[in-house]
Amino acid sequence: MATRHDTAAPPVKEGGAAPARASADAAPTEAEQRHRARLSRRWQRDIRWSPYAFVSPFFLLFLAFGLFPLIYTGWASLHQVELTAPTDMEWVGLRNYTRIFDDDFFWNAAKNTLTIGIIATVPQLLMAMGLAHILNYKLRASTFYRVAMLAPYATSIAAASLVFVLLFGRDYGMINWALHQVGIGAVDWQNDKWPSQFAVSSIIIWRWTGYNALIYLAAMQAIPQDLYESAALDGASRWRQFLHVTLPALRPTILFTVVVSTIGASQVFGEPLLFDANKGASGGAEHQFQTLGLYLYEQGWVNQHLGRASAIAWTMFLILILVGIVNYVISRRLRASS
Amino acid sequence: MRAFTLPPSRLRSSGGTPIVRRAVVLAAVASLGAGLLAGCADDSGDGASDGSSSDGKGKTTLTLGLFGTQGFKEAGLYTEYEKLHPDIKITDNVVERNENYYPALLNHLTTNSGLMDVQAVEVGNIAEIVATQADKLVDMSKVSGVDKSKWLDWKWAQATTKDGRTVGLGTDVGPMAICYRKDLFEKAGLPTDREEVGKLWAGDWSKLVDAGEKYKAKAPKGTTFMDSPGGLINAILSSEKEKFYDSSGKVTYKTNPAVKSAFDLTAKAAEEGLVGAQTQFQPAWDTTIAHSKFATVACPPWMLGYIKGKSKPESAGKWDVAAAPKSGNWGGTFLAVPKSGKHVKEAEAFITWLTAPEQQAKLFKVQGSFPSAPSAYSSSAVTGAKNEMTGDSPIGTIFAKAAQSSPVQTIGPKDQIIQQGLTDNGVILVTKGKSPEEAWNTATKTIDNNLDK
Repeated sequence: MATRHDTAAPPVKEGGAAPARASADAAPTEAEQRHRARLSRRWQRDIRWSPYAFVSPFFLLFLAFGLFPLIYTGWASLHQVELTAPTDMEWVGLRNYTRIFDDDFFWNAAKNTLTIGIIATVPQLLMAMGLAHILNYKLRASTFYRVAMLAPYATSIAAASLVFVLLFGRDYGMINWALHQVGIGAVDWQNDKWPSQFAVSSIIIWRWTGYNALIYLAAMQAIPQDLYESAALDGASRWRQFLHVTLPALRPTILFTVVVSTIGASQVFGEPLLFDANKGASGGAEHQFQTLGLYLYEQGWVNQHLGRASAIAWTMFLILILVGIVNYVISRRLRASS
Repeated sequence: MRAFTLPPSRLRSSGGTPIVRRAVVLAAVASLGAGLLAGCADDSGDGASDGSSSDGKGKTTLTLGLFGTQGFKEAGLYTEYEKLHPDIKITDNVVERNENYYPALLNHLTTNSGLMDVQAVEVGNIAEIVATQADKLVDMSKVSGVDKSKWLDWKWAQATTKDGRTVGLGTDVGPMAICYRKDLFEKAGLPTDREEVGKLWAGDWSKLVDAGEKYKAKAPKGTTFMDSPGGLINAILSSEKEKFYDSSGKVTYKTNPAVKSAFDLTAKAAEEGLVGAQTQFQPAWDTTIAHSKFATVACPPWMLGYIKGKSKPESAGKWDVAAAPKSGNWGGTFLAVPKSGKHVKEAEAFITWLTAPEQQAKLFKVQGSFPSAPSAYSSSAVTGAKNEMTGDSPIGTIFAKAAQSSPVQTIGPKDQIIQQGLTDNGVILVTKGKSPEEAWNTATKTIDNNLDK
């Protein structure tokens, strides 16, 4: 019997379960060979293209809701166009960009974004580190604490901000009441520059500290326990253990949280919008806590200047890329120095 | 942005069991497919063949896009109309705040899709709609049964284009009066009778500020004469024939002496501490109502409902309503029918009925929305209207008088932005110790930046 061992199933022994192949005793015909080749080609195509089909939903969505808006925004930023008539575009070239240079409101918003970003991010990450360090010890009900830390993150920005607005109220707010008890006069949290920025930052801090703490905690738990044991044997205090064991091991994680927080800080929007005493997204009576995100929103959706808003969006995008490059350079330096 | 970052320790973990993975893929594909289908299944077909807009009994469903609490449903007007027209069913889609409702409406109008059969438009936005979207809305003046003479002249004019097309029918108006606290006025040695109080400031807004000075001299501790600078300047401006635009449609707010003098008068009142340092409709302002911290507030009828909602029970009956120095209007809504709607004819008939004087009077009784049809003012629903906060005061007649003497005001497309700049980026700063000059500069700089295309 001429059997092609490379394609046929192994011969079935007597009493085997599988039925014998009908064509097992004949050489494959021309047609069958073509059929097999076709199957094989299909199989190879399948292997080759299926992965793309599987990942395509994301990219199709990205094309529709990511890339197209990006390009359209760029196109719109070169025009004078209003939300009331989005198809009615008038070419103005780079005017929307050049005017940003002497737009006081833009630079005011950029400054506010930076200061709010710093006031919010630095204490946030320090506190997160401290909390994670404490949670890393054996604690009773540690799961409870960990879940509790994540609770602010799970709360909606809107709900949190509205509560904070009440707390920070000038006349009837709880914080001013407490300050009054210790003899400090009322602070106008909404209308004064630094108090308002601090108040907005506090909402961000409240919301993100637990989240970052959990990231730190996860990284801390990956540090081998024996490092601590040997440090303890050497007589290192807990503080020294933290400085010399925990911190160096966390370096990549810290970098990660710094990058993520920087991106988050440059896009701050919900908190100042809802902290606003009026509805215009103007970030306070003197724009004292108007961030770039708010300014963009104000130009686009309140004042309906789509062209200007698009130019602001692209400028923000370029600034973010700059920030990204700075981050990258710093992190490379850090890695090189370690 | 941060939501899908995992702690580094988790990044290397495997993607789950095959079953889970398959489930995830299936779910993703299913949701994507559903989304695509939903995206395609729109806009096709005319009203008659569209299954979604009529139920099994062959009824036509009219949809209304509304904001806030218009109160049509609460006043039982839908059920009444459905009884009159058994083949019609009415549903509405209410967005709580106009700031959220209006941008969406504008988007739908500019793209001519996603519109309801009837869309409400706030008075602050009507000029922009009239100027930019009139070609997408039905000219209601041509609809049979619509009688222009039933509306207040100025209300009708607000929704009418230069070439005479009327894009919306008015439902309510906000004739403004001054609501005041009788008990606080008495303590401060001011008259409490509404006629005499009205005489204190009749004809001139600066007399209102003079009365505020008298009030301050003997005022109960911790109270201010008026609630907020925004409320005061808004009231003054609403009584002017021209405020931010001239009749040819040019922005003139910076050169219009009426605007500057309204600003200066409000700034003066703020400097002297006659108005509270508040922004209206903010939680802190609500608290000043609850704590009875101010003696007067510029007040359209709906404001009495608002005050009632924020007050403690003991202030019931302590308010009264006096005529404002000059009549003005604050608030009011229009109903418009988009041409691209599925049931244009039915919608036209429905809002014609809904905005008829009798229906407006019913609405006032339940909701406090003041009719924009003068013939309703003699109905018992208006003349006999009472409010818990003002006791036995005949508020219906007071507000009717204000409505009929309100000026035909030139309103412009960006009125809201200019007004907001003057109040929230302007006069409010004077209560913060800035000079009126600085406040004016901040306001105009903000407004000019916002108006600049």
